Amino acid sequence: MSVQDTLTQSDESIILTKGLTKRYKDTIAVDNLNLKIKKGEVFGLLGPNGAGKTTTTLMLLGLTEPDAGQAFINKIDCTKNSLEVKKQVGYLPDNVGFYPDMTGRENLRFIGKLNGLDGSSLEEQIDRLLNRVGMAKAADKKTQTYSRGMRQRLGIADVLMKNPQVIIMDEPTLGIDPEGIRELMALIRELAEKDGRTLLISSHQLYQIQKVCDRMGIFVKGKLVAHGTLEELGQQINNGGVNTIELSVYPENVKLKNLLDNMEGILELQKQNEYYVIRSGYDIRRKLSKLLMENGYTIMLLRPAGSDLDEIYRQYFEKAGETDAGSKRKKISRA
Amino acid sequence: MQAAKGKKYHGLKVLFEKEVADFINSKRMLLLILFMIIITISGLYAALSGISDSVEENASFIFLKLFTVSANSIPSYNTFLALLGPFIGLIMGFDAINNERSEGTLNRLVSQPVYRDNIIIGKFLAGCFIIVIMIFASGILIGAVGFLQIGIPPEAEELGRLFVYLCFAIIYIAFWLALSILFSTVCRHAATSALATIAVWLFSAIFVSLLAGIIADAIYPLDNYEGMFNQLNNYNCELNLNRLSPYYLFSEAASTILSPSIRSINAVTVTQLSGALSGYLSLGQSLLLVWPHLTALCALMLIMFAISYVFFMRQEIRAN
Repeated sequence: MSVQDTLTQSDESIILTKGLTKRYKDTIAVDNLNLKIKKGEVFGLLGPNGAGKTTTTLMLLGLTEPDAGQAFINKIDCTKNSLEVKKQVGYLPDNVGFYPDMTGRENLRFIGKLNGLDGSSLEEQIDRLLNRVGMAKAADKKTQTYSRGMRQRLGIADVLMKNPQVIIMDEPTLGIDPEGIRELMALIRELAEKDGRTLLISSHQLYQIQKVCDRMGIFVKGKLVAHGTLEELGQQINNGGVNTIELSVYPENVKLKNLLDNMEGILELQKQNEYYVIRSGYDIRRKLSKLLMENGYTIMLLRPAGSDLDEIYRQYFEKAGETDAGSKRKKISRA
Repeated sequence: MQAAKGKKYHGLKVLFEKEVADFINSKRMLLLILFMIIITISGLYAALSGISDSVEENASFIFLKLFTVSANSIPSYNTFLALLGPFIGLIMGFDAINNERSEGTLNRLVSQPVYRDNIIIGKFLAGCFIIVIMIFASGILIGAVGFLQIGIPPEAEELGRLFVYLCFAIIYIAFWLALSILFSTVCRHAATSALATIAVWLFSAIFVSLLAGIIADAIYPLDNYEGMFNQLNNYNCELNLNRLSPYYLFSEAASTILSPSIRSINAVTVTQLSGALSGYLSLGQSLLLVWPHLTALCALMLIMFAISYVFFMRQEIRAN
């Protein structure tokens, strides 16, 4: 089948964009995007709401025409030959919808037929996929009775109906309970490792995504500001000259605050929950621990926070002049 | 690998089947059937109770009278269909596209390997298919029950006229279906598109005739001395304005087809009538009279569908 066909060309990038650009009246949704995703990889496209993630996925599917640039999936031009692309790419939109008056099985059957399946092979495929996503029991209930998590699982079965090489998921973790997310993440890894499919996941929920992605791209204001593995992203930030550490000290008192405030090299001091978050221009850990010891404090915790995705994310937003991700939402309104 | 590639119309076929199945299984289909039953029964009732009076006046083409005779203030089948037919199209099409959009099924559908236009074409064709079945079922039912009641077998020409009439009705209702699909493409909410279609329906069924009279009187005043010269122009102007309404177009065409005694649909002067033999028109001649109506109705239907097609193809498919 199609998945094996391309195992031979495993080294090449399966998703490729060159200078992809999309403008809406007064805003640039996607700005000169160059993206390379290798076969069998799970790539996370991370960014705040309205950063252009959905627009990018729509352009990859040929559902929106780019104003400039090109996108290729498996060397097929996504804009010019979108029908061919849609045969190989499964798309799971956020808030996936099903025909409410049809059962889960009927919904899958309809999609299977649209993809040219028929007869017993279609029924076998449906049963196999329903089992795989754990929906076999609820398959003959109408989809209007499904919960959010069930719809999401049916959505994945729906995407797999066409046996795609590439799967694009738009905010897959939205509105799903922790257990559901755990299962979803396991399934995503399985799809990549066992089946050799390529996954592109766009999301703003960092913690869930960082666990499953091989590589990530951070997307702000239509621009890919950084990409790479978690470690690479962390290094890129440290090279930018900012160092973040978390500190917890006993006893905690006003004198400590004064001490830290007066210490040289600290750019920013914040109290977060149990500990202080300290940002500095260079690595101050040695100096800091010495100072605290001299003043009779016990260090309970001292660790660099640089490799945490949340931190990386925040810093990139700041670099891109983006301090409040939420305020962006109103600007690019899609009403 | 997969069979879809070879068959160009495979996607359309699947979509068409799904839409037809959807219509038949939906609750609104019950509503539609109820609607058709009411139209059919009241039309039949009116015809059967009024037909004896009508036959006393004129005993030819009795079979066709089943569709045109009204009695005891109950309108005829023809009148009913002209007035309420739009509702059938409206009920079938008012949420065709925007419902898919709000349910989130549209972006799942467009990411499948089918041409995007197949989605809207499939919906329209499925609607037309249902209309054809309903209209023929109801027309044949009236014919059959009427035949049993009056006991006079229809002539071939009468059957031909009935067939043409039912085809007119189908195109007329398909126009309203296309219009409601158009509004469902343009409007975000199903309620808005339903209201918009109802507005057009009310306008064409009621207000066009009022406005036509007012405008004709303004352009060709009928008072004073000049009124005498304006009489014909006034009438023609009003008639042509009325014909802008699909409701009027259909009514005029339907009564011409169903009544062979109608020899002209425009104003006829006495001089034109001199030397004319009184008699009935053949089906071919009647068709000739309403050919422009047929063309206009078809064109209206296709234009509405074409506009919604273009809108649909240009619309951004966004996750809401």
